[in-house]
Amino acid sequence: MSGLSKLSRRDFLKRTGQVAGGLALVTQLPAFANAAGTNVFQPNVYIAVREDGGIDIVCHRSEMGQGVRTSLQQVFADELEASWDSIRLLQAEGDAKYGDQNTDGSTSIRRHLDTLRRAGATARHMLRQAAANEWGVPADECDARGNVVTHTSSGRTLGYGDVAGAAADLPVPDDVPLKDPSEFRYIGKPVNGVDNTAMTTGAANYGIDTVLPGMVYASVERSPVLHGIAKSYDEDAALAVSGVEAVVALPEATKPVFYNPIGGIAVIASNTWAANKGREALQVDWERGENQSYNSGDYRSTLTDKVRTDGDAVVSTGDVEKAFVDAATVIEAEYYAPHLAQAPMEPPAATAIVHDDGRCEVWACTQAPQAARRTVAQVLGIDEAEVTIHVTLLGGGFGRKSKADFVAEAAWLAKRLGKPVKVTWTREDDIRNGYLHSVSAQYLKGGLDANGKTTAWLQRSAFPPISSTFSTEYAQQEAFEKDLGLIDNPLDVASMQIEVHTTPVHTRIGWLRSVANIFHAFSASSFADELAHAAGRDSKDYLLELLGEPRKIDPADYGVAYGNYGQSIDDYPIDTGRMADVVRRVSDMASWGRELPEGRGLGIAVHRSFLAYVAVVAEVSSNAAGKISVDELWFAVDAGRVINPDRVRSQMEGAGIFGISLTLFSELTAKDGSIEQGNFDGYALARMTHAPRDIHVDIMNTDALPAGVGEPGVPPVAPAIANAWFAATGSRVRELPFKNAGIA
Amino acid sequence: MPLLWAIRDLVGLTGTKFGCGKALCGACTVHVDGTPIRSCSYPLSAAIGKTVTTIEGLSEDGEHPVQKAWREHNVAQCGYCQSGQIMQAAALLAQNPSPSDRDIETYMSGNICRCGTYNRIKAAVKDAAEDLS
Repeated sequence: MSGLSKLSRRDFLKRTGQVAGGLALVTQLPAFANAAGTNVFQPNVYIAVREDGGIDIVCHRSEMGQGVRTSLQQVFADELEASWDSIRLLQAEGDAKYGDQNTDGSTSIRRHLDTLRRAGATARHMLRQAAANEWGVPADECDARGNVVTHTSSGRTLGYGDVAGAAADLPVPDDVPLKDPSEFRYIGKPVNGVDNTAMTTGAANYGIDTVLPGMVYASVERSPVLHGIAKSYDEDAALAVSGVEAVVALPEATKPVFYNPIGGIAVIASNTWAANKGREALQVDWERGENQSYNSGDYRSTLTDKVRTDGDAVVSTGDVEKAFVDAATVIEAEYYAPHLAQAPMEPPAATAIVHDDGRCEVWACTQAPQAARRTVAQVLGIDEAEVTIHVTLLGGGFGRKSKADFVAEAAWLAKRLGKPVKVTWTREDDIRNGYLHSVSAQYLKGGLDANGKTTAWLQRSAFPPISSTFSTEYAQQEAFEKDLGLIDNPLDVASMQIEVHTTPVHTRIGWLRSVANIFHAFSASSFADELAHAAGRDSKDYLLELLGEPRKIDPADYGVAYGNYGQSIDDYPIDTGRMADVVRRVSDMASWGRELPEGRGLGIAVHRSFLAYVAVVAEVSSNAAGKISVDELWFAVDAGRVINPDRVRSQMEGAGIFGISLTLFSELTAKDGSIEQGNFDGYALARMTHAPRDIHVDIMNTDALPAGVGEPGVPPVAPAIANAWFAATGSRVRELPFKNAGIA
Repeated sequence: MPLLWAIRDLVGLTGTKFGCGKALCGACTVHVDGTPIRSCSYPLSAAIGKTVTTIEGLSEDGEHPVQKAWREHNVAQCGYCQSGQIMQAAALLAQNPSPSDRDIETYMSGNICRCGTYNRIKAAVKDAAEDLS
């Protein structure tokens, strides 16, 4: 292991003295070898068994902390009956042959588990058949495990590598039996992360870490306002900065923006620092354009005014107007949640080279390598087949790295400059020029009868829709965000009306971990708690009553088209019984109902998203200064079958911290079209001092079909904290983040 | 030039990460003569004549008690901030072999983890402290 501490001082100075002279060292390129060679058994695109007995497994999903590289290896190793240490895990390039590689929507296991199990099982059956043929015995007399096929009665053995060549000559069977879950060796077990060693020694390669021979470094000054245009800039001043080699204007942003670069002035230099310094010297004068009217305060009024009026009714059951007239008690509330930035710790970064024959290769921390490939091909005007996207590890994604704009920037610059280019976004770029999580206002109105039962529910949601990123006609389209925790409302209320408003869009809008579920769950689950208090009931008991008898809901039954996260509603109904189960489980875990001292409270919330059911209890306290402390969190999660319970646990722990950040601290605001925050001082995130003393996680119902895990933990956190704060103090916070109320 | 970019772009050691450029997140933490510093905001000139230790040099074989504890607890999610977290934790234990929870929280609060691994970091630091004692 090489270390900076191991370099001689002279060596260090020699290397660091070459600021203007370019790169002194070139690190090894990340290895993304495709399995090839003689006598390799490759029954499908994911698996190759080499003659030496080693096994190559291809991970076609992007690793951004959810543990998918470990989980997929578990799945393959199990069905293939492979020994763990014989596996070399390769990362797939972006290629349609792997099936959908877009790593978002919490889809990796729920959509791919069956395919990948079959890939592994097919390989195992063929290896077994090849050995059986060699011995002239029936295959069912043979057992394949631990990279060895054994003829059970005679004890003869052949290694997987020994029969790889023969297996390669066999026809690939269509349908092979999968293992019985009781025989799982890896699936369902808390296997350690496959990248643990690399990640604890500095050896892990992220998008920002790629180094190519002869590479230059780019930093791009983009318009502070979307669709702003550079009127003038001081190219000479930038070029005068030591190490700066060139200044290049990028093509203007397109309308709609898609995943294309959004223009700006790129400064090219011999290192990142010089590029950034050159950029400062540009002093660009921007024509700020149409979006300079965007101010968060005014926009909030726009959203709030909208939700005070009728919107497009997307759900209407019973007779909500009459129900409010008949109600003994009616309560109303407005909620507000701001724009957010995904803010992965690794900002967007990509390195590209365009070869002499026109082919382009890019190394990037992308969640969507196929979309990146498509975007790069379009931006360069070449065929997709001429574009190779090498997927590195992602230093966090959270939806930001689904968009390929930064990948395309690197490719475009590499072509323009005729040399390899690395583009690294600064933190300020990431915060100010991102694809923002939608700001939202929500209006809720509830009616209770004389017994305190909720008989009427009206909810209105207004937000700038993500569809604006892909279409200029977004105002005429129904926002798909309605499917994210709004129209799938599972509460057993006789009269329910749900309405949506779309609003003008002035920034790029994109996904952020759990997306619109964040503001829909915050408002609906806070309001459920408000109804409980209006009824004078215990929050947990009333929540269970609102969920009603166990039933499986299909929104089509009340005339509503519902996306259901791309899965069949028959396979994945909205199951209020499972919702109630996680509520009861989390209540038991947290000893709900226990006596608490003054200034301390418990809050509960439950939410179904990405087909998983998650209930959260938060315990919070108010300190002497009236500030909140989130002291403990409990999660009960029903995500069906899980591959790695430890990674599920870690996703819930992370969701707890992610949820604390957005509940207490984080917000983006616009002034004259520009985002006002720029770094972690203005855009604050939870730190260790804000972490609960414990985050408890219970995983249940693991025989059900697999559901999402990466995102579903987030939505119930904010309302659980808000409900707990109400229980602790009697004060209801209906706006995120809490810091704006002076309590965080 | 800040030390960070000399380490990454000139020396070519990429284990030390860029996160904010303003000493707000701790992703770039390295040791200068044993003291943890934010290399994104530490001038290269100030490091001359001093011993700089990056994550690659924390141990010969990746077996520093902090690194071991990190693996045992499966601390890393995306792993990007963990170089800085580990360097900060190693520095804490070098000066305070048996830190309290509060000591750990305070000392580590400059290091942001967006994945939210704080509770595991704390548990791993405590285990590493026991291992060292």
